[in-house]
Amino acid sequence: MENIIELDNVTKRFGGITALNKASLNVTRGEVVGLIGDNGAGKSTLIKTLVGVYSPDEGDILIRGKKVNAWNALKARESGIETVFQDRALTPQQSIVKNIFMGKELRYPFGFIKEKEQIFEANRLIREIGFTSKLINAESPVGNLSGGERQGVAIARAIYNKAELIVLDEPTNNLSLNETQKVFDFVLNVKKSNRSVLFIGHNIYHVYDISDRFVILDRGEVVHQLNKNDISTPEELMKIMRDTIGAH
Amino acid sequence: MSNNNSYLSNYFHRNGRALGSIGYFVLLMVIFLVGAPEAWIRPNLHQSVFVMMPTLIFLTIPLVFLVASGEIDLSFASTYAVAAYVFALLVKNGVDPAICLVLGIFTGAAIGALVGTLIVVFRLSSLVASLGVLFLLRGVILLLSNSRSITIMEIDSHWIYPLLVGNFYGFPMQIFWAAIFVIFCYYFFNKHVFGIHIQHVGDNSVSAEQMGINVNAVKIKAFMFVGIGSAIGGIFTTMITYTFFPTQGFGYLLLALAAVFVGGTPYWGGLGTIIGAVFGVGIIAYMEIGIIAIGWSGEWRQFFNGLIILLALLGHRLHGERVR
Repeated sequence: MENIIELDNVTKRFGGITALNKASLNVTRGEVVGLIGDNGAGKSTLIKTLVGVYSPDEGDILIRGKKVNAWNALKARESGIETVFQDRALTPQQSIVKNIFMGKELRYPFGFIKEKEQIFEANRLIREIGFTSKLINAESPVGNLSGGERQGVAIARAIYNKAELIVLDEPTNNLSLNETQKVFDFVLNVKKSNRSVLFIGHNIYHVYDISDRFVILDRGEVVHQLNKNDISTPEELMKIMRDTIGAH
Repeated sequence: MSNNNSYLSNYFHRNGRALGSIGYFVLLMVIFLVGAPEAWIRPNLHQSVFVMMPTLIFLTIPLVFLVASGEIDLSFASTYAVAAYVFALLVKNGVDPAICLVLGIFTGAAIGALVGTLIVVFRLSSLVASLGVLFLLRGVILLLSNSRSITIMEIDSHWIYPLLVGNFYGFPMQIFWAAIFVIFCYYFFNKHVFGIHIQHVGDNSVSAEQMGINVNAVKIKAFMFVGIGSAIGGIFTTMITYTFFPTQGFGYLLLALAAVFVGGTPYWGGLGTIIGAVFGVGIIAYMEIGIIAIGWSGEWRQFFNGLIILLALLGHRLHGERVR
């Protein structure tokens, strides 16, 4: 199977603290990988390095088998990686349409924006992800939306850009059951279209339900990887996680 | 009906601040008209405003970009003089004034880039750092010019003089240049990727960075734009008066900043209004000149300037708190 992205022995330090220590991780086409670990395990640092917000101090990042240099967030997005960050990465005073196209605006020559096209697409997307309120349209400010709706805008961004890998950082935090189900449906749709998801979560049950493979992170190191076939219940996964972290 | 409500509320979200500042401007005009109709009808009141407004527009509009990006710059009032100095000195030394104009504007852009880089790279407070640069550059100008002014009567005969600051059927040419500048900036701020990125960066720089926007580059460009605007303002004023003088620009420092905020751009970043700023400039310019025109003493000017800033800020509160 083709690797969409591969992190090879990546180390990231902040001052004297090693947040990631020779971490290796890969995501192949069409799979859903669940990244789990305790608070402070380095999940956030791993994700931010993977999507180019941080650049690694050591180690390589390979996109479809090719090593990339000067990795940054723009390059990650141009390589087909979209991220729904834990904080949603939104600008609340701006409209939904501006947020959906943030950093990847549809442009005419000389940098002028195809405003009408963007608004049309944004209206289509917010209906697609299930915004039913007539009070909300593409030009509504994001600040007026609920938590679940904001999550929807962040997901709409990933949908529009037809990413090959979608990174979901704690996507079900603070969501209602209904909204959580929508996120699950979204992940399954992505998988069905032979694209990949990296799913980061606190809630082992959520991660278990949705993932094909699990990666356990502890104190900046990838300590265990296993397939869903290897286990049969979320409790088993939790036990393995506890044992590996304890033994490590 | 609910659809209409949503469009209306979106419309006010986008344009409320500009509409507010237009409202204050109209109110001010009505007060002048009622309070001193004979002064208001005199054309020379408006002519004086038209002379002052373009310079203030060149200074204020780029500041809207910078404030919307979440930064502030006070050094523009000195950049104004440095660019004017470079322009006047080169003209005096026989360089073609058109080339001097380009070099003067380039100087403004370079100073803006330096100030921006200093603030962004070293993560300095833009308020305090640009205050430092304001004094530093003013000192440099006073030292370089030996506190002497430079008169450049010779530009009168060059083609750029009538084109830039000449007279067109009774209207000063700089009004037209300022209008072109405003239209350009309106599209640049609202419909161009530069303006949109500025709004994202000022709104939430972490989100902007996560989405691949180069936050530092956007901010440095905004500082450069302020430098360019100040240089244009300084050079135009020098041409109009045929004189560079080393203290020039200082008087515009607080007026331009006042125009930004009276115009409805909030101080916290992420939002800005070009049209609002134009009316903000109008309010400040009419206050400056109108008080004298209606025969009140100059002492009242500062009092009313202060009053109108406070009233405008209170009025803009109606558009709500910062949304997070």
